[in-house]
Formats: sequence, C-alpha cells, structure tokens
Amino acid sequence: MLGLMVAGEGERMIMDFSLDREEEMVREMVREFAEREIAPIAAEMDEKGRIPEELVKKMSRYNFWGIPIPQEYGGAGASYLSYIIAMEELARVCAALEVACETHTSLCAEPIYHYGTEEQKRKYLAPLARGETIGGFALTEPNAGSDAGALETTAVLDGDTWVLNGTKIFITNALLADIFVVMAKTDRSQGIKGISAFLVEKGTPGFAVGLPEKTLGIRASAVAELVFDDCRIPRENILGKPGEGFRLAMASLDGGRIGIAAQAVGIAQAAHEAAVKYARERKQFGRSIGRFQAIQWMIADMATEIQAARLLTYQAAYRRGRGLNHTKEAAMAKLYASEMAMRHTVKALQVHGGYGYMTDYPVERYLRDAKITEIYEGTSEVQRMVIAGNILR
Amino acid sequence: MRIIVCIKQVPDTSQVRIDPKKGTLIRQGVPSIINPEDKHALEEALRIKERCQGEVTVVTMGPPQAEKALREALAMGGDRAVLLTDRAFAGSDTHATAQVLAAAVRKIRDWDLVLCGRQAIDGDTAQVGPQLAEYLGVPQVTYACKLHLEDGCLVAERALEDGFEKVKTRLPALVTVTEEINSPRYPSIRGIVQAVKMEIITWNSRDLGIEQGQAGLDGSPTKVNKTYTPKPRGEGEVIPGSPGEAARALLARLRERKVI
Repeated sequence: MLGLMVAGEGERMIMDFSLDREEEMVREMVREFAEREIAPIAAEMDEKGRIPEELVKKMSRYNFWGIPIPQEYGGAGASYLSYIIAMEELARVCAALEVACETHTSLCAEPIYHYGTEEQKRKYLAPLARGETIGGFALTEPNAGSDAGALETTAVLDGDTWVLNGTKIFITNALLADIFVVMAKTDRSQGIKGISAFLVEKGTPGFAVGLPEKTLGIRASAVAELVFDDCRIPRENILGKPGEGFRLAMASLDGGRIGIAAQAVGIAQAAHEAAVKYARERKQFGRSIGRFQAIQWMIADMATEIQAARLLTYQAAYRRGRGLNHTKEAAMAKLYASEMAMRHTVKALQVHGGYGYMTDYPVERYLRDAKITEIYEGTSEVQRMVIAGNILR
Repeated sequence: MRIIVCIKQVPDTSQVRIDPKKGTLIRQGVPSIINPEDKHALEEALRIKERCQGEVTVVTMGPPQAEKALREALAMGGDRAVLLTDRAFAGSDTHATAQVLAAAVRKIRDWDLVLCGRQAIDGDTAQVGPQLAEYLGVPQVTYACKLHLEDGCLVAERALEDGFEKVKTRLPALVTVTEEINSPRYPSIRGIVQAVKMEIITWNSRDLGIEQGQAGLDGSPTKVNKTYTPKPRGEGEVIPGSPGEAARALLARLRERKVI
C-alpha cells in the first residue's frame, strides 16, 4: 500500500509511504530474477538487438507477462503498483526488456481487459497474460506522431470482415508480438471520433512486418514498421465500439506512461548505482574520487531526483490502481522521470570519465536507453500539453 | 506424499561485512533470506509433489519476522506454513532446536518425509537434521544429492568426500540435501499474490507441549563461551634463489625446525 493523494479533489488525505507485503515481495523477486537471469546477458542483448525466446518463456513461468491482469484471465492478479515496481526493477537491468513487457501489458493486454468482449478476453487476453503470446500496439504513423489523431490507416467494413490499409511505424514488439492493437479510421468525416481499435493477429494475409530499425538505444526491443495491404480481419475483432479508438488509445497511454516513468526511474537507478560504485573504487590524486565535492554533488542530486521521480511514479500507479483520475499524474511522472533519467545518465557517465565512454562499462548503454523515454508514449512536449490542458481547462 | 520441509531464516552472509575495528559482523541492513540449502530441500519437495501429488508443509522456528521466509516458501508453491515462535525458544542450540522441531512434526502427525538442508550458512553445524531424525525415531539420509521414489521406498545418492553412496530406505524418513540436488525456482508473481493472503499457522511452547527448560538457553547443553576473530597470520616468507638453491634452503629450514 502506498498512498499519497493531493487534497483538493474532495478525497481523503492519505499519507502512507510503506509498501505492502505483496509489493515488497514482488520487488525482491523481480530484482533477484533480473540480476541472475537478465543482467548477465543484457549487454549481449543490446549488441545483438534481440530478446532471446528462452528468456521470454522463462519470464512466462513467473507471470511477468500478466502482472496486473486478474488470475481468472491467466494473469498474476497483482496490484498496479506491484506491476510498476516490477517494471522499474526490470528496467534497472534491461530497459529494452522492460519496454517489451510494458508495451505488451499496458498497451495490449490492458486495453483488451478494459474494452474487450468476454470472447476476446478468453481468446486473446488469457494467452497474452500467460505469456504464451506477446502483444503490441500500433498507433504512430509517418504523418501522425504527436498529432496521433491525424492517422491515415483506414478500416472499412465489407460484409463480415474489416479491411485494413495503411502503414504504422516505430512499433515496439513488432518482431516479437503475435497480436497487435491497431488504430485505424473507420469514419474519415469524424476526426478523432472516427478512429476505432482492432485486434490483428500476425500472419493474417495482407499484414507484413518490416525490418528492425537501427536505433540509438533499447536495441534489444527491435522496433519496425507494420504494413496493412487489404488486410482482412473478422468483424468481431473490433476492440471497443466504433469511434472509441482514440479514447481507448489515450486511456491506455495513461497507463503506459506510468510504465515509461518506471522505466526511466529504473535506468537512472542503475546509472546511479554504477556511479556510486565507481566513485568508491576509482582513485585519483591519491584518493577515491567520491571524496571530491564535484562528484559528491552529482551523486547527491542524482539520488534526490531519482527519489522524487519514483514517488511521482508510484503515486500515479496508486491512483490508476484505485481507479482515480490519473491522466495528469501519469504525464507528470513520465515527464519528470524521463528528463531526470536523461540528465543523470549523462552525469553518471561523467563520473566514469573516459571509462564510461567505453562499452566495457554499462553506463553508456544507460545513457543511450534513457533518451527514448523523453520521446515515446508521448514526447516531453506532449506531456506538458497534457498537464497544462488538465490545469487550464 | 506428505512432505515437511524445515527451513531457517538466516542473514545473507554474502552481504555481511566485517567491522574492521571490532572484528565483528555488521548485521545492520543485511537482508534475511531462506538458508540456501533449505531452499534446495523445498525445491525437491515441490518437485516430488508435482511428480506424485501430495502436500508440502513448511516449518520454521524463529522470531515473528521469520514469517517472511515462510511467505516466500508459500509463494514458491508450499501448501501450508507453520511458524514455531516463543521467547522460550530464543538461544536454542541444535539439540533444543531439534526438540522443538520434533514436537512440531509430531503435532502435524500425518507425514511421510521430512526434508532439510544440509546445514545453515550462519551456524554451519549440520546437526539439526540428524538430531531431528533421532528424536523422531526415523531413518535418516544425509548429504543427499539425488532423490527418487521407488516402490514406496526412497532411493538417495549421498555425496561423500571420497565418492557417492546409493542408499534405499523405507518411509517415513528424514533426508538432508546438498545444493547439487537441484536448482530452486523463484517464487512466481501469482504465487506471491496468493501467499500474502494465506494464513501462517503459529505454535508456541504451550501448543507444542514443550516444558520450561527443554528449549532456549536453559534447554541447550552447548554454551558459547566466547567468540573471537582469529588474528591474521603474518606475511609468509619468500625464499629467494634458483629453484635448486631455494629447495635446499627450504629443506634445511624444515630440518632445523624438526618438521621433517
């Protein structure tokens, strides 16, 4: 249980910063798993640009792919905060794996859980939550990034099938996933209210996945484009009601942003721990560099801002878990945590000096991985629009 | 197959640091864990249960905080957890500990097999398992590195210093295992969610019928008089010269000291 509510919305003021037993045990378990099973291969995954199949399977055994999904649908049935803590711990050792798991959970399994029919939940959600299939989310297009409502992919009903045409880019889990939540226009006269969501299985004729993009960071989570060319899917594969797609996407991204905030906190935490270790070990001018004030201040600022970002993130997670409004809180957490991670991975590398620039040390990977957190699931600029929009409305 | 697994909560000695001035262990901030070899015993119990059905009961004696170790054991797949806790148990040596555990095992009544880790990383005695078997009056197999069931009997391979020994025993029996026997699973996240809601059975000395003076410091025939850190040995001596010269010099020195 972690409670912190800002008074002013007619809610009771709760201030209890202790984690409950479940949350603590999840953190311990994920940390142990991550350090023993993932950390030894994280650099290799980054270099090779792929997540090993065996690791995906091993993670399924321990319910990593359905942490907040109820047990009746194959998930672990853990609290939302437990899920977010697990994501933070995953990102602490491998940010690419975190975003694979986070996208799968927040942007594919969760929307099916919240908007899907009972049949869709049985058919698609349960295997996703058990980790037997992996999920993706397709919103971004070449001409629709921050202006997501401008998407051009279309879906036209033809008898008992929807016919999809269009191109999605920068899609996380494009290579790994078996099923995607895809946004397409069903009514071009309606603007964002003409957008609907669909469930599209990989292997459907007319659906092709491009080659993985070459990226600065999170290389193991290969992103690629999805092309729909007269791709026919069953009529019942619409997710939610026609015209509900944009709202569904934004509500899912509210959760996704908490996951990205957790990712940023996890990356920054890893960078901080590396910097502390190096500051203790590295000797110059006859003493550990941690004895110099220049290094101490960097370490202190890092620790302070990581904790601030973590609390924003946990508060947003707590609110989502409780079903309280959290659009603004999720945007704040994501904005602050991602910019914090960028600032401090740079500092952590600076603490390492020339060694930090070498790939023998993991800090350069942390820095490369941090940058994307300021961009995906809404850029920092979009987060500021969301926050200000909520304040000034 | 009804299996009882005895576990101990211990400080994670891999994270214990030594106070350079006092020479004592710094226990502050050191996490408590399930004793590693006990975890292997639990894993073996869970594997037997998965192969031929049954029930796994996890027992620990310790302070109330030892509940955490039991919850982890439940999250790994244990069915029931029993915490033996009482101020009167504090300071128990291996004999007194085995007495308390024996009382608990008898109270559980229906069981076929008790599994224990070979020894704990904090005490390193390897006595509790064998003592418990004696007090229960059942056959014991120690240092098991392989285990399987055959016609209602238990066949175990024991890792000894100079080789392996294969033994067969009838049940009920007690087995202590080494870490070679398996590689323990992690608790699953679903297991954690379920484990935090499960009841932990708690028994004190009265529940177990343990008399005063039977456990704790009073019930412990061994007493620790003093603990100390051995003085570090001084630097060794390097005998210089060519291999032939050095060997001659070394021989002379050893003869001088009447070592050879």
